[in-house]
Amino acid sequence: MATDARADGSGREPIIVLEEVNKSYGPVHVLKGVSLSVGRGEKVVICGPSGSGKSTLIRCINGLEEHQGGRISVEGVQLGPKTLSAVRREIGMVFQSFNLFPHLTIKENCMLAPMEARGLSKAEAEERSLDYLKRVHIAEHAHKYPAQLSGGQQQRAAIARALCMQPRIMLFDEPTSALDPEMISEVLDTMMELAESGMTMVCVTHEMRFAQKVADRVVFMDQGAIAEVGPPDRLFNSPSSDRLALFLRRILTH
Amino acid sequence: MRFDFDYFLSLLFSTRFFEPVAIVIAVSATAMVIGVVVGTIGGIVSNSPLPLLQRLVRLYVTTIRGVPVLVQIVFWYNGLPALTGGAVNLSAYAAGIIALGINEGAYMTEIVRSGIQSVDRGQREASQALSLSYRSMMMKVILPQAVRIAIPPTGNQVVNLIKNTSLLFTVAIPEIFATGTNIFSANFKYFEVIAVVAIWYLLLAVGYGFLQRTLERRFAKGRRTLYDLAAA
Repeated sequence: MATDARADGSGREPIIVLEEVNKSYGPVHVLKGVSLSVGRGEKVVICGPSGSGKSTLIRCINGLEEHQGGRISVEGVQLGPKTLSAVRREIGMVFQSFNLFPHLTIKENCMLAPMEARGLSKAEAEERSLDYLKRVHIAEHAHKYPAQLSGGQQQRAAIARALCMQPRIMLFDEPTSALDPEMISEVLDTMMELAESGMTMVCVTHEMRFAQKVADRVVFMDQGAIAEVGPPDRLFNSPSSDRLALFLRRILTH
Repeated sequence: MRFDFDYFLSLLFSTRFFEPVAIVIAVSATAMVIGVVVGTIGGIVSNSPLPLLQRLVRLYVTTIRGVPVLVQIVFWYNGLPALTGGAVNLSAYAAGIIALGINEGAYMTEIVRSGIQSVDRGQREASQALSLSYRSMMMKVILPQAVRIAIPPTGNQVVNLIKNTSLLFTVAIPEIFATGTNIFSANFKYFEVIAVVAIWYLLLAVGYGFLQRTLERRFAKGRRTLYDLAAA
């Protein structure tokens, strides 16, 4: 019996609802009927061994990957070809490899989407971008190009860029996996500040310290399914499956 | 045979090639503009989800690349009037510019297509995640980066195009090579004349090389190397 990940237990109003989501790449079944509900303001950390489908799962939430079976709804709107842009409006995403626009300065990176997709004037977009760049503590680098910044600074710029669209939900796809160890904490600190502001967050990460501090629930995925869900303390201290216990031993001793 | 050095110098520094050089520059520039416009459209279509148009573009590229430029020039100048019974009768300049431009467009299509394809996939994903429309994504994110990738091979194309204008002597455009042939068929100083002709083409190619480097520097912004950063 699969773990029922629908019950949040906190009585929060659900903002993301996944029901029996299935996804295959050709013959490879990457998501096998995943169900998960995320409440408004909730912080969910998804972890699991590589190839377990965790990145695919969050990429399905904003339609970067199409799912083939089941339903995904965000703010009550069911994700489909016609609602894709409406759903994406609510969601910001941060990628492992930052994906900043290399030909634009940090400030221009932040201004582009608000101007192009939200119709903000240049002055409004500029004000907003500086506002969010201040929040992630890199306003002094606003005029620089991504290649002139460290990995940690680039990732914080990418977070600011996503926030400039004022999303209600932020997805993080292994945001610290491409960073040098000494830069990981500055990105995690930024994410923690964001968490304190009440943002709904779904993070694929192996940073267990972060999960412990911030997550309301941790989702452990294995072989395309949710193997275990629960508050971080319970999952990390008394994993009920051998697979999770093995996974935790591996990442904690690496 | 003797090399008439005095004649060579006097021809090299004479004004006889000024107008032909101006013609070559004007024809090349116009044909290149056509080539870039056609190539940009072709390159975008090649990467778009429009299968029918894609097939048309493939057909265009395959046809043009498989037919010699000289044949294409004669087609536009002599073939088209014959086909249409004189209804379409292009001037030598129009035929030459169209032939070179359309030919260039096929190569530029391939250059722009590969430029777009070599922009990192993550750039598309980031654009989609930021709710950018397809148009905004192409215009503001993908193409500016594709252009940077496309500029060096485009430089090659410009030099090729400049040299290909010499084929226009067949439709009696008084460009550099045609002027040279006129001169040596009158005085039989083949070597001196053809040496001067070659030098003019070389000068144009070298001159364009400077322009090309300026362009590449201008589009290098945001892509500074570690070496540049260390020097800064």
